[in-house]
Amino acid sequence: MDEAEIRRATIRIAHEIIERNKGASGVALVGIAARGDDLARRLAAELLRIEGADVPVGALDITFYRDDIGLRSEAPEVHETRIDFDVTGKTVVLVDDVLFTGRTIRSALDALVDFGRPQAVQLAVLVDRGHRELPIRADYVGKNVPTRADEQVRVAIREVDGEDAVYVGAPTASAPHAVGGTS
Amino acid sequence: MSRRLFFRGARVVDPASQRDEVGDVLVGDGRIEGVGSGLDSKGATVVDCDGMVLAPGLVDLHAHLREPGREDKETVETGSRAAAVGGYTAVCAMPNTEPVTDNAGIVAEVRALAERAGICAVYPAGAITRGLEGEALTDIGEMAQAGVRLFTDDGRCVQSSRIMRLALEYSRPFDVVIGQHSQDEALSEGWQMHEGHYSALLGLSGAPAEAEEIIVARDIALARLTGGRLHITHVSSAGTVELIRQAARRQLPLTADVTPHHLALADEDLVTYDTNLKVNPPLRSVEHRDGLRDGLAEGLIDAVATDHAPHAVEEKEQEFDQAPPGTTGLETALAVVLTELVEPGILDLATALRRMSTGPAHILRLDDQGGPLEPGSAANLMVFDPAAEWTVEPGGFESKSRNSAFLGRTLRGRVVHTVFRGDLVVHEGKAQK
Amino acid sequence: MIKHLLSVNDLSREDVVRILDTAESFREVGTRVIKKVPALRGRTVVNLFYENSTRTRISFELAAKRLSADVINFTTSGSSVAKGESLKDTALTLQAMGADAIVIRHSSSGSPMTLTKWVHASVLNAGDGTHEHPTQALLDMYTMRERFGRIEGLTVAIVGDVLHSRVARSLTFGLSKMGADVTLVGPPTLIPPDAGAWGTTVSHELDPVLPKAEVCYMLRVQRERQRQQFFPSIREYARLYGLTGERVSTLPEGAMIMHPGPMNRGVEIASEVADLPQSVITEQVTNGIAVRMSLLYLMLGGTQDV
Repeated sequence: MDEAEIRRATIRIAHEIIERNKGASGVALVGIAARGDDLARRLAAELLRIEGADVPVGALDITFYRDDIGLRSEAPEVHETRIDFDVTGKTVVLVDDVLFTGRTIRSALDALVDFGRPQAVQLAVLVDRGHRELPIRADYVGKNVPTRADEQVRVAIREVDGEDAVYVGAPTASAPHAVGGTS
Repeated sequence: MSRRLFFRGARVVDPASQRDEVGDVLVGDGRIEGVGSGLDSKGATVVDCDGMVLAPGLVDLHAHLREPGREDKETVETGSRAAAVGGYTAVCAMPNTEPVTDNAGIVAEVRALAERAGICAVYPAGAITRGLEGEALTDIGEMAQAGVRLFTDDGRCVQSSRIMRLALEYSRPFDVVIGQHSQDEALSEGWQMHEGHYSALLGLSGAPAEAEEIIVARDIALARLTGGRLHITHVSSAGTVELIRQAARRQLPLTADVTPHHLALADEDLVTYDTNLKVNPPLRSVEHRDGLRDGLAEGLIDAVATDHAPHAVEEKEQEFDQAPPGTTGLETALAVVLTELVEPGILDLATALRRMSTGPAHILRLDDQGGPLEPGSAANLMVFDPAAEWTVEPGGFESKSRNSAFLGRTLRGRVVHTVFRGDLVVHEGKAQK
Repeated sequence: MIKHLLSVNDLSREDVVRILDTAESFREVGTRVIKKVPALRGRTVVNLFYENSTRTRISFELAAKRLSADVINFTTSGSSVAKGESLKDTALTLQAMGADAIVIRHSSSGSPMTLTKWVHASVLNAGDGTHEHPTQALLDMYTMRERFGRIEGLTVAIVGDVLHSRVARSLTFGLSKMGADVTLVGPPTLIPPDAGAWGTTVSHELDPVLPKAEVCYMLRVQRERQRQQFFPSIREYARLYGLTGERVSTLPEGAMIMHPGPMNRGVEIASEVADLPQSVITEQVTNGIAVRMSLLYLMLGGTQDV
């Protein structure tokens, strides 16, 4: 995907959220760190522009909820968690860059539930690359990108990487990094 | 083994006669029958010594054999065996036994145990003060007549200047040595190691080198006053070496010994809190260690003595401050001296052997130990392979205890044969009795 | 991350930064309603405390529990520790129980290192004799970083009985490693020989040091030390090295006064200023749990070599 595609996808997802939830009231966005966090903020900006709704945005680091702690040589790197609103009773839309095995989302659901009891949880992803290992599905998808399991999908976000783009690349020798690796 | 032994083709190093050449040695009937070449070896068992060194048996001025009282750690017999395997044919056994060897009765008991074992000569040292309390002199005369050559309160230091003076003075007619474990108790209270950079780093209380030097300086003055024979055991400080240098200029009959572990190791080795390196006096800094090496090379320190101090496994496997100080040493002494001093050229072989045999034999006035190796002299000798490389393992000791400061180290030089009064008590590195 | 934390010197500068950064996230966990994450679920952390220390032990206990680990407490008040079982035998028992980490506080310097010889678990030093107290130093540095935004170049005065203080050692090593400017202050009898080699300045006068000290860290001075004659009298000590109201006014603007506790009022700190470090102590409790969670997570969150 290039920058233009990403922008169009973001706008479309924002419209879909409004349509599906019959407005933006009761909706909160929680981005899965890193990158999902920035995407969530962009979606919030779109929701404000389209619907005039100031939707709460939070960032969630799921590292402590991962199912592979103790299986890697080093404890996984930790990012910031910032949810300064009550999730109870809200429709929380989790936002992530790539949906892959589904394990990150599983961790995110566990984490979210420790913050309170949302009325509903939906999932918005920029890229769905298939190869689910758990029964997880996205409600909103920017683009479906079929890949081989060993290929690398890299999402670049301006706020973090200086540009907006999605790359699918050949398998590399190094183990996949935590970010974007086991989504 | 037959009573006649023919040691063939060894490099014979005999400090007492200044001999250092390849040759043969014939032993029979407890004595040396001949040294050199062209010896009539008919009927003798040949022991091939190609590539090996043959020298007088080593003499240890300072070993704790723990009997009577702590036979769980060592006995006179096991200690003798450990000594023999280390190339020793004479050992001076320390008196801090339970009960303390402060009377002729216990002296006789220890001698009898040694005779019965028949592996090594054991000369029990006698305590200077009763019960090692530092207050009342023991019957020095009676013990001297019972064969005691060295008196010491080792383990403890005679704190009272008055008692030390009296001991040096009273002992003069008996030509015995008063050995001092030099340690000012007040200055070294609560000590765990040497006071310096490392004690501060490791959070352990330290005893400064001055705790030893203060007593040495005092005792040298008392020796000057009384004319007694002072022996400073296990010198640990370069400052002590300096004091000895100054005293030597005044030609006082002063002698001193140093341990192999003080020659090889330093306080920096304690960063792992290894209790086998916890010793009294403590291992001091590298500067001190180098001073000790120079002192030994110069002859200011007359002898290497092991301070063989066996301890039970459960005593050493404790928190550092709970573990008793001490390392074993009889079986590693020669190898340590060869590896750490002779090999790097700090000490030549003949001098090293002199410090480990002739020198200590002279201090104890033993005329049947330390050479010279000549026809008619007592056959107390040992043969070692200078090139043999071996690793010090806990399961490889003859000693009952395994608390060696050298565990896991690879050393070069190993005793192959030891002859005690003509008997081959160690053959191919294995004790025979 | 290292397997055992026995001394601050075991950590690289990068390790320290990582520990403090990760502690930020754990502080956030402490603000949630459910102050628990499943990160160390199924792991067993043992608190082996031979010395009484309710605060440190509870801090470690909470840290482990908030990571969902199981906690076992072996303290002097109960169990075989009081019955005189040897450290080795206790270690072998804990090993058999499958401990993943053992947090040990002991009065003998070096005992955590000795413990590592007998167990496969990770060993964390919670204070050994007069040697070190690494987690206290890390928590102190976290608090300093929080307050000043940096540790590099920070001027810190550590005042008091440095010789007998494990906190002083760990803190000095940690601060030097992170590039702070440390001055040790105390009478010559209470500063270890060769402390200058630790990368610090040593001063025997307190007054000239205070005007430049952004952090003034007061060490506890036990009355026992006067009995042992490390200084002649409490009065003399307090006069020369005690933190009084007057001395506090010479500290630079924004300076932070710290004390590892418990305070000996009237000795190293005058009663009138005792509540100044008190205010930091509350922060320290929260920070302590976060830093200990960070350590447990980083040390146990990777593969454990069996």
